[in-house]
Amino acid sequence: MSAERTKAEPAMLERRKLVRDLLVDRRDLMVVCGLGSATYDVAAAGDHPLNLYLWGAMGGAAMIGLGLALARPDRRVAVLTGDGEALMGLGALATIGVKQPKNLVIVVLDNGHYGETGMQASHTQGGANLVAIAKGCGFPDALALTDQAGVARVRELLHAGQGPILVNARISNEETPRFLPVRDGHAIKLRFMQAVNS
Amino acid sequence: MDDQTNIRWPDAIYDHFKRVGIRQVGYVPDAGHSRLIERICKDPEIADVVLTTEEEGVGLVAGAHLGGQRAALLMQSSGVGNCINMFTLVRNMGFPCLVLVTMRGEFAEFNQWQVPMGSITEPVLKLAGFLTYRVEEPGEVDEVVSAACDMAFDGDLAVAVLLSQRLIGRKRWTK
Repeated sequence: MSAERTKAEPAMLERRKLVRDLLVDRRDLMVVCGLGSATYDVAAAGDHPLNLYLWGAMGGAAMIGLGLALARPDRRVAVLTGDGEALMGLGALATIGVKQPKNLVIVVLDNGHYGETGMQASHTQGGANLVAIAKGCGFPDALALTDQAGVARVRELLHAGQGPILVNARISNEETPRFLPVRDGHAIKLRFMQAVNS
Repeated sequence: MDDQTNIRWPDAIYDHFKRVGIRQVGYVPDAGHSRLIERICKDPEIADVVLTTEEEGVGLVAGAHLGGQRAALLMQSSGVGNCINMFTLVRNMGFPCLVLVTMRGEFAEFNQWQVPMGSITEPVLKLAGFLTYRVEEPGEVDEVVSAACDMAFDGDLAVAVLLSQRLIGRKRWTK
């Protein structure tokens, strides 16, 4: 039943606009970007030293977010990633549920497809419900974002919501122009750390 | 072998964690590391992060470093296999990655299912860019872990200490 509902649901949100809207006036928000389209979306919203662009290590974005959130409880951490990347690291949601980091929000840009490899269907289209999974892992808040009206609230959650929170944003799966940020991991790391400590 | 030394080697590891200021430890529950895990869980200054799979720990260590904290990972030799693609992070970003591995599939192993991974653990770590050190005797733990901590955190290096199955002792299957 849930699979049918997911398929029938109109995808209201365009990913580039959504990410841009979420990161407006981001202040000192730290953003971990899952590989592939999430990295391109965050870069396209405006390059920033507190963007940690990943180009690999699929399944690892949420755990990098947890390590950061534990290290800097005084700061906010957002993980923006795709449904495929989140699915590969599902266990991380259980691990994050155990630690309950108040300053961590995961936003899944869920288009139900593996965009990087040719738009094959992902498990979210087949019935896997990331909101229910996050709730089942003990996240105090997990919600689906399906329309523009909910975007402002999610932006508030990024900055002030009591985490861990997972937001599953249903986005359309139209192709977006590639927007490729820096790929050198050492450069990304050094720039990020200088900005965190400045 | 001195019985006291034999019992206390996990404490030597803990003492070095405190000496170098480790603040996050990721682990999958493990009999060989049980005493060390207990001590870490009791320490309010160290975030103990129980993982569902060891590869999560590589991301944890990366995040901790980016946020300015030192972290370490505890795992069994089988867990090294689970980490291989995630070690990408270590190679590409370059951060200290200290891993303490309790070995299975070697000395007095009764379960042949542990052997395939245990027999390739050290070469796999080397291929992934780690410096590796093996410990065979309880009396060596302090010195080797001390050196590994300093190399990892002073040198920004990936360092693995393999605690041999002979050191850990035979697994007892009677309750």
